[in-house]
Amino acid sequence: MSAQKAQPTLDRREVVKAILDRRGDALVVTGLGSSSYDAGAVADDARTFYLWGGMGGAAMIGLGLALAQPARRVIVITGDGEMLMGLGSLATIGAERPANLSIVVIDNELYSETGMQPTHTSRGVDLAGMAKAACFATALTVNTSQELSAAIDAIYETNGAVFVAVKVDAARYPMQLRLRDGTHIKNRFREAVLGSKAFD
Amino acid sequence: MKAESKSVTWADDIYRALLQVGIRQVAYVPDAGHTHLIQQCHANDRMKTVSLTTEEEGVAMLAGAWLGGDRGALLMQSSGAGNCINMLSVIQECRFPLLMLITMRGEWGEFNPWQLAMGQSTRRVLEDIGIVAQHVDDAARVGENVFAAAQMAFSANRAVAVLIGQRVVGFKDWSK
Repeated sequence: MSAQKAQPTLDRREVVKAILDRRGDALVVTGLGSSSYDAGAVADDARTFYLWGGMGGAAMIGLGLALAQPARRVIVITGDGEMLMGLGSLATIGAERPANLSIVVIDNELYSETGMQPTHTSRGVDLAGMAKAACFATALTVNTSQELSAAIDAIYETNGAVFVAVKVDAARYPMQLRLRDGTHIKNRFREAVLGSKAFD
Repeated sequence: MKAESKSVTWADDIYRALLQVGIRQVAYVPDAGHTHLIQQCHANDRMKTVSLTTEEEGVAMLAGAWLGGDRGALLMQSSGAGNCINMLSVIQECRFPLLMLITMRGEWGEFNPWQLAMGQSTRRVLEDIGIVAQHVDDAARVGENVFAAAQMAFSANRAVAVLIGQRVVGFKDWSK
């Protein structure tokens, strides 16, 4: 089985950069761990809500935000370990059928924050297959840069819930995200999105 | 049955309080005690009412709602409070407002022994993670308690749980 399995070649930071380069007025939520560091290192933005905790909650924060802001695209960028902890949320989101929510899993098949232990995706568990079975409008697994650019179109243009698992290599980067205070991250986000109504 | 008509009244009072404070998103894991309220919320097109697979999803969802400018309410049974604990750390660290309406089991007249461990410790574990927990045992005061809790949640940016006592919700008479 391992002989058939291609080694991932995509780089997580380049993937996150390619997605965020097109963000426009999209709102972004990043999951605990490397996904938050990637987004912070690529392009810090007040309209990105970085999670430093609440493992398993990124997708559902995305749903609440997508329901509150139906005119804007909401993109959740998280890791395979974080997504695996909140698998039920795929069912909740799929059943709810939001028009404007995209979930991107940067899948290195590892818990890279805790010592590089393998996650279940390294043993054949197919997150995109689960999302598809949970009624997502689009569910894809990306292995190449060509597939990535098609997936980025889907992330921004699909009318419906989108799930993309991007297989990336095991590279780790230094943690460049300096912003850790949750109250500040929340207030900065609300001020950027809601303007003067942020403090009503 | 008298208890039944009473239960509809307090559920109506909660619904009115949710309208009064401008709740736009409701997340829930079903509980028999919340049946009437869940129906009312689903019937209101201005409320986005979402059924969850587990309660901590609702904690995260309502954090996202607040980021986008919506006020929310999370409905659950006391057994669900335990599922929420680590996700509540997000609420505490970020000072998100959160209104939780928890119908109690394992508290008063409970027939199912498996409900007691969580029901008897619901208030304590919520308070341990820093949630303001307010218990109400008088059906006539449920509505005003929810309204007051919402004021505190959304004006003071705090997580407030209203624990609706099993005396209000009622219990199954297992002797019949």
